Amino acid sequence: MIFLELFYTFLLIGLLTFGGGYSMVALIQGEVVTHHGWMSAAEFTDLLAVSQMTPGPVGINTATYAGYTAVLNAGYPQWAAVGGSLLASLAVIILPVALTMLVGGWLLRHKEHPTVATVMRMLRLAIVGLIAAAALGLVSAESFGMPGLNRRFITSVLIFAAVFLLSWRKKASPIALILASGVAGLVIYSF
Amino acid sequence: MAKYCDIFWSFFKVGTFTIGGGYAMLPLMQRELVDRHGWLSEEEFLDQVALAQAMPGVFAVNMASLTGFRLRRGWGSVAAIVGNVMMPIVFILLLAMFFRAFRENVYVERIFLGLRPAVVALIAAPVFTIARSAKVTWSNVWIPVVCALLIWLLGVNPAIVVLAAALLGLLYSKIRN
Repeated sequence: MIFLELFYTFLLIGLLTFGGGYSMVALIQGEVVTHHGWMSAAEFTDLLAVSQMTPGPVGINTATYAGYTAVLNAGYPQWAAVGGSLLASLAVIILPVALTMLVGGWLLRHKEHPTVATVMRMLRLAIVGLIAAAALGLVSAESFGMPGLNRRFITSVLIFAAVFLLSWRKKASPIALILASGVAGLVIYSF
Repeated sequence: MAKYCDIFWSFFKVGTFTIGGGYAMLPLMQRELVDRHGWLSEEEFLDQVALAQAMPGVFAVNMASLTGFRLRRGWGSVAAIVGNVMMPIVFILLLAMFFRAFRENVYVERIFLGLRPAVVALIAAPVFTIARSAKVTWSNVWIPVVCALLIWLLGVNPAIVVLAAALLGLLYSKIRN
């Protein structure tokens, strides 16, 4: 029964993923492509492209797409595949969410405790590093183009500088900045 | 008290307008939860980021669930999570049905060339404001720097860095007492 298997598999994937979306992708690949054979390696590559191109958490996006494709490939109609995608998304978040709320509730009640306060202070410092690492990790040819005097790289650096300054100094709305950058890309690369 | 529809709507915006997953959502979350609604202080926001990162699962969904839970318990958590994942799931399903036409569309490609550097800038900019509320000083700045280098250069899993920092804090408070 593919729906039960799907639910159980994504329950495990959710519980075993630490460190966010991209570590989940590796686990999903192992389960969905290698172990269960629900989709081909090429379909999985499509999945990665899709989940990076659409908004939302990468973990949810991959679970949704994998659930849909797996049920469709098992010979079910499209409406059942939509059900499979919802099932996989639910399964992947339900245990971590329960755990996070339990621990979060406990921490909230004990945040005045000196040990908890020291640990939280240390964690805040670490998170600054984590976010810096996330930004550094995205500084790549894929985001900016090959460094040099070419249109792609110069445009990318200009967009980066403008968005950085507007966001940091002027507190401009991230939504407005995202929309404006998309329009800028569409206009600049159309000539 | 925060209304369910406000919680839902805030996370709906966060889910709909961020591309590139977890950390790309942070600037918009910070704006919605801290600046706009004042539901969390900057420090509380950072605490939640740490906790959401230390737990298994999807980072953005954990953030949504923690915020919703803090504001309106269980149903607040449900409102935040549903808001966060609704549009992404709809987008994915539409794409799964019409994938080829979308991927090979030249206009979509151009839009993404413009978006990618913007996403990097949106993640980089809050590092400086967040550093202030985390009380980074010359004597402790090595901690965020080491964390960033471990993840960026050595490829250490961020969840492990968070757990290690928690242990370090625990050890430090034991020694001091």
